[in-house]
Amino acid sequence: MPDSMLLPVALGVATAWVLMGLAGFVHPRSVRWVARGIFPLGALGGLVMAAVGLQALFVPAQQLVLPVGLPELPVHLRLDALSGFFLLLLGLASAGISTFAAGYFREGEGTAPGLLGMQYHVFLAAMSLVLLAADAYSFMLAWEVMAMASYFLVISQHRIAEIRSAGYVYLLLAHLGAIALLLCFGVMMQGGAAGLTFAAMRTAHLSPAWASVAFGLAVVGFGAKAGLVPLHVWLPEAHPAAPSPVSALMSGVMLKTAIYGLLRVSLDLLPAPQWWWGVPLLALGLFGALFGVLFAAVQTDMKRLLAYSSIENIGIAFTALGLTLVFRGSGLPLLAALALAALLYHVLNHAFFKSLLFLATGSVLHATHERSLGHLGGLLRRMPWVGWTALIGTLAIAGLPPLNGFIAEWLLLQAFLSTPQIPQAFFNLLIPLGAAVLVLAGALAGYVMVKFYGVIFLGRPREAQLAAAHDPGWLERAGLVWLAAGCILLGVLPGVVLQGIDAVSRLLIGRPLAQAGDWLWLVPVSPQRAAYSPLIVLLVGLLVIGLTTLVTHRLYSGRSRRAAAWDCGAPNLTARMQDTAEGFGQPIRRIFDPFFQTHVELPRPDDAAPRYRVTVDDRFWAQVYTPLAQAVLWVARQAGRIQQGKISVYLLYSFLTLLVLLMVVIR
Amino acid sequence: MTASGVFVQLLAVLLSVLLAPLFSGWVMQCRAWLSNRSAPPLWQPYARIAKLLRKDAVLATDATALFRAVPYIVFGSMVAAAAIIPSLSTDLPFAQAADVIALVGLFALARVFIALAGMDIGTAFGTLGSRREMLVGFLAEPALLMVVFTSSLITGSTLLPTIAEALQSHQLALHASLAFAAVAFVMVLLAENARIPVDNPTTHLELTMIHEAMVLEYSARHLALIEWASSLKLFNYACIGFALFLPWGMANRADGLLWLLPALPPLLLKLAAAGLGIALIETLSAKLRIFRAPEFLATAFLLAVLGVLVRLMLAH
Repeated sequence: MPDSMLLPVALGVATAWVLMGLAGFVHPRSVRWVARGIFPLGALGGLVMAAVGLQALFVPAQQLVLPVGLPELPVHLRLDALSGFFLLLLGLASAGISTFAAGYFREGEGTAPGLLGMQYHVFLAAMSLVLLAADAYSFMLAWEVMAMASYFLVISQHRIAEIRSAGYVYLLLAHLGAIALLLCFGVMMQGGAAGLTFAAMRTAHLSPAWASVAFGLAVVGFGAKAGLVPLHVWLPEAHPAAPSPVSALMSGVMLKTAIYGLLRVSLDLLPAPQWWWGVPLLALGLFGALFGVLFAAVQTDMKRLLAYSSIENIGIAFTALGLTLVFRGSGLPLLAALALAALLYHVLNHAFFKSLLFLATGSVLHATHERSLGHLGGLLRRMPWVGWTALIGTLAIAGLPPLNGFIAEWLLLQAFLSTPQIPQAFFNLLIPLGAAVLVLAGALAGYVMVKFYGVIFLGRPREAQLAAAHDPGWLERAGLVWLAAGCILLGVLPGVVLQGIDAVSRLLIGRPLAQAGDWLWLVPVSPQRAAYSPLIVLLVGLLVIGLTTLVTHRLYSGRSRRAAAWDCGAPNLTARMQDTAEGFGQPIRRIFDPFFQTHVELPRPDDAAPRYRVTVDDRFWAQVYTPLAQAVLWVARQAGRIQQGKISVYLLYSFLTLLVLLMVVIR
Repeated sequence: MTASGVFVQLLAVLLSVLLAPLFSGWVMQCRAWLSNRSAPPLWQPYARIAKLLRKDAVLATDATALFRAVPYIVFGSMVAAAAIIPSLSTDLPFAQAADVIALVGLFALARVFIALAGMDIGTAFGTLGSRREMLVGFLAEPALLMVVFTSSLITGSTLLPTIAEALQSHQLALHASLAFAAVAFVMVLLAENARIPVDNPTTHLELTMIHEAMVLEYSARHLALIEWASSLKLFNYACIGFALFLPWGMANRADGLLWLLPALPPLLLKLAAAGLGIALIETLSAKLRIFRAPEFLATAFLLAVLGVLVRLMLAH
């Protein structure tokens, strides 16, 4: 399409999403109308959005001013390479998720389908407007609509008390973040920006100190949305509470809007970053990565496990962002481009594999009505479509070649290996410790994913009713296959993906990656330094596997027969003898004990009804959030003292306030 | 990529695949000598693989296609890894497609698949073994990465042949960082290849098994492939060690095909010494309790990180 049509089309898709949401009210209780009719159209909208995003990567930035909004402040929209990249991510992931959702929603589950469809599509539209907004006012408007829509989606089963409280925590942290963002934009206008538009902020002259303050506020604001430790506590509550397609959308796409926002503020709107901005991001990111993966390892609820894994992945993304800022601030644009490429690649990958895994848990939930790992097992035999696509997601998220998760890890490690070039002498010695934490978190992710996949899909069913589980319908399968195919394609064609990422890099860093390879090769610095070609690795691997199969089957008879499992001759094998999710997490719980707040209930030897119980809690609740909540309550109680309930007293307060203000103004 | 490069590549892979069981046999023989037992013949592993390949495979009733595919995937990853690691010559065209990080990734891929296979049947020992294997792996993998990062920082490359060539060229410059890395590497090698003190490849007591527990349900050709892959893994690790710490005697990219012949005796000599060394460590140490194994590996990890730090701080 012509370049000038890109923004109108993107806006059209967003409007269409809102209209689709409203169309749900024609038959709000009809699953047929809403799910089978409207959601596939929403998926189509996602594809169009992806096409717009893709084209926007390679054309100059487009602008549009809509004559709506506040007086003197029309809505500004801008579509540049950064927005385009995230629109592409939004479109591609939401196409798969919406297709899945079309088959997923059923009668009698929480909110009426029409309402759910409305919230879902408004959520999509708001996310796309967050990416397109080019002034602080419309950005905050879209940001808040996104938060509200997702809040209502989270509490769609609001009759359950835990889900209501999960929604409350989410809303609270979302608004904490929003306040920080408002302040951040306020600070950015300090530099004499003529108005609220991003264009004005770009040209404003902010002093380094104020720029740092704005950056800090942006980290808090966007960190709260992304689930950066220690602002992560809403994430493991809200993700499991939401219906699975919503969890997929929140984890796969919404968290990325926060990364987008931080990139926009730190590398586009603020003046050139100072190198030390990256240091707190590196520290928080690495801690978050390790923290998230350790907690994922001890979870027994499959969706909570994935939620903690999201915290880990966001930690990795923040680590990459920290490195980008360090390199950028140290005047090493080539390496900054490398770290930025790792960040964007990781974000794109995460949208695919995390959505895929959340959707797979949704299918498992529908087929078995179980989300506790202790009651699942052996589902690969009963749900082959879900099982095999989830296997691809599992391998991808574990960062194994030749799938997509590995590429981002590879790029990030290459960036870490370049840190001796940083001029700050003391700091570059600390970097290897960072690399060590990163690879440790990466290896632990493998542990977690073996637990996740093995306990759900392999082994024997731990409950009798699992025998009745079966694959979902074709729409859900199509959604799963779409995302799994994405994991494979992103994995084997990194050269192609990097062309898109280079466009963003040119915009934010001012120069592309020193990619010397073509579509087949990944050569980020120079061919002597490092190279990787996943397609060749995959083809050679397949060739070797094929040859091995052929030779073993040709040379010998290749007969095989079935018999009961051997298990060293142990008779009467039951499903309860398998390792449980708790058992799988136990070594991690013991080795990394200081991270966890563990309560163990052990039976005495003479107990008639022995009970063995272990709970693992997040220390941040007990040590940060509960005291904070109590402090807030205390302050509120003190403030409550001045409230007498008499109108004369309130009039006195008003009078005194007026007096004080007048004194201030006159002086 | 030249024709001779492809030829060397194929030859190197073939040599690794065929020589690997011999190396395992050699370690077994050394262990037998050192503990005053009569040693099995050197070709015992070949005989075992041949015997297993001839038998009928028995699969558990519950086994999925994943269970049957895993031996091929694991063997395939090990062969692909062998194609990256220089043994006779550094002239390996395939090594351009996958550097050391990808190599560690290939090992991780094999580990994850074999752990999944261990959980597939749903037996008590299988799941136990899988959990322990992942426990060993999550510490061994970062330790190995930090070891290779040390040499990457010295040579400015993550491509294994380039690293080996660069280390070959400054022969007598001893790097203190490499000493740390070498100790860490030996520890990782022992852990990753199911050797004492972390695991015992010859144990018959299921409760103490790690690697063996996972593959208990395999038989016949599947088991043959898994055993072959295990010895190939040991061989690969040995060759990584040679490339990083003893890169001498290898043919170079610039050398002609004839240089492969003089490269063979040093390789065999190094393999013989490495096998004797592994057997010596195994004979002299006792197997650790399972919860001591993470401590052992954490030591390896810290040593490897120290190696990187020494490199950066002292540029040594």
